[in-house]
Amino acid sequence: MITKRIIPCLDVRDGRVVKGVNFEGLADVSSPVSLAKYYSECGADELVFYDITASAEGRALFTDVLREVASEIFIPLTVGGGINTLDDFDRVLKCGADKVSVNSGAIRNPALIGEAAKRYGDQCVVLSADVKRVDGVFRVFAKGGRENTGMEAIEWIRRCVDMGAGEVVVNSIDTDGVKGGFDLEMLSRVCDAVSVPVIASGGAGCIADFVTLFREVPGVDAGLAASIFHFGEVKISDLKRTLDENGVPVRI
Amino acid sequence: MIAILDYGVGNLFSLTCSFRAIGKEAVVTKDPARIRAAERLILPGVGAFADAAKKLRDSGLDVLLKEEVAKGKPLLGICLGMQLLFEKSYEYGEHEGLGLIKGSILPFAEHIGEEYKIPQIGWNRLHLTQSIPLWKYVNEGDFVYFVHSYFAPSSDAYTAAEAEYGIPFSAAVAKGNVYGCQFHPEKSGNVGLSILRGFCETEGRVC
Repeated sequence: MITKRIIPCLDVRDGRVVKGVNFEGLADVSSPVSLAKYYSECGADELVFYDITASAEGRALFTDVLREVASEIFIPLTVGGGINTLDDFDRVLKCGADKVSVNSGAIRNPALIGEAAKRYGDQCVVLSADVKRVDGVFRVFAKGGRENTGMEAIEWIRRCVDMGAGEVVVNSIDTDGVKGGFDLEMLSRVCDAVSVPVIASGGAGCIADFVTLFREVPGVDAGLAASIFHFGEVKISDLKRTLDENGVPVRI
Repeated sequence: MIAILDYGVGNLFSLTCSFRAIGKEAVVTKDPARIRAAERLILPGVGAFADAAKKLRDSGLDVLLKEEVAKGKPLLGICLGMQLLFEKSYEYGEHEGLGLIKGSILPFAEHIGEEYKIPQIGWNRLHLTQSIPLWKYVNEGDFVYFVHSYFAPSSDAYTAAEAEYGIPFSAAVAKGNVYGCQFHPEKSGNVGLSILRGFCETEGRVC
């Protein structure tokens, strides 16, 4: 039986992890390598690195760091942020990424998904969608959630999967940062619409939110979160133990 | 030295690093002399079966690989590399593999319920069915990481470990000095590294 995955997401700028983190026994909390090792040892099933660098210099630092992480951590690595072309795919895959997540790059140029899937395989292409309710309709937002594209979200996600996205990360802008739980309604709608793995993002505030997620929306394959893991509010080892006790299959 | 066969398929960065992590020297190569000199061989692979099988044949490495295996050199196929060990695959048609293991590769889509997503992506448990060197440091029920849409059916003739995804399938295969893992040991954490360590301790009749 395949297990539900728990995925911490690390934002990286100029090769360093941003959003202050505070872990006992971890000397350099802004080192992606130290943090990745820590999470891997705690039982993270996969890691997402999100490059929020704006400059070319920062991007080069990011790939250096990625290469270093990939040469020491042997669990799946997904990279997102600034992926606009096949060259961007190539750049991060060569440094040890296993999957590449596209968001705004796919909105600007939807053909990118099909081209990348053809070259690297569907399993390598992850669609990341920022979704928000506008007048009762799920809409896709671009530019880190600042710009309403006007596209209906479920239709967009289905279209991207048809073009070759092998996995979908659904980030609910409505629940993101609120820590009141995942957006179960939105996630059920997405799970009903596509047959590829769905990763839930946005809204996790405590361990119980993950239990509710996997119980209420059994089609969801993974839960992704950032700050609750970084600030130590939720320890991955505790989270997985609780999921296991509640009958949710996890890798322990 | 371990030779990772380079026939233009897949990303070999993590695989090379994982051998370095267990203190073994691995080189990515298509040079026949280096492949002949290697103590052990790795056949990697991602992507489509037909395309990979063609690239392997076009490179001429298929013949060399069979020669080296016939001498008793240990070979490990990983993911699509495991599937290529078989006689044929029914991935988009019918395509010929290396034929080192008798049997066929089948699509999950025709053999499991609709509630199962395809590809299988994620961590699944190993049920060990043969005692082989690869399992020297592995425990029954350990988790490994899979990404695949096609599978080798479970069989007493070659299955070394099973996993379950709608049906039991071959998570790993073994036939003499030929081994294969459907999962990615280089992405399966410490369990994966220990499987590679076990492979490095196989006793082949190295000529």
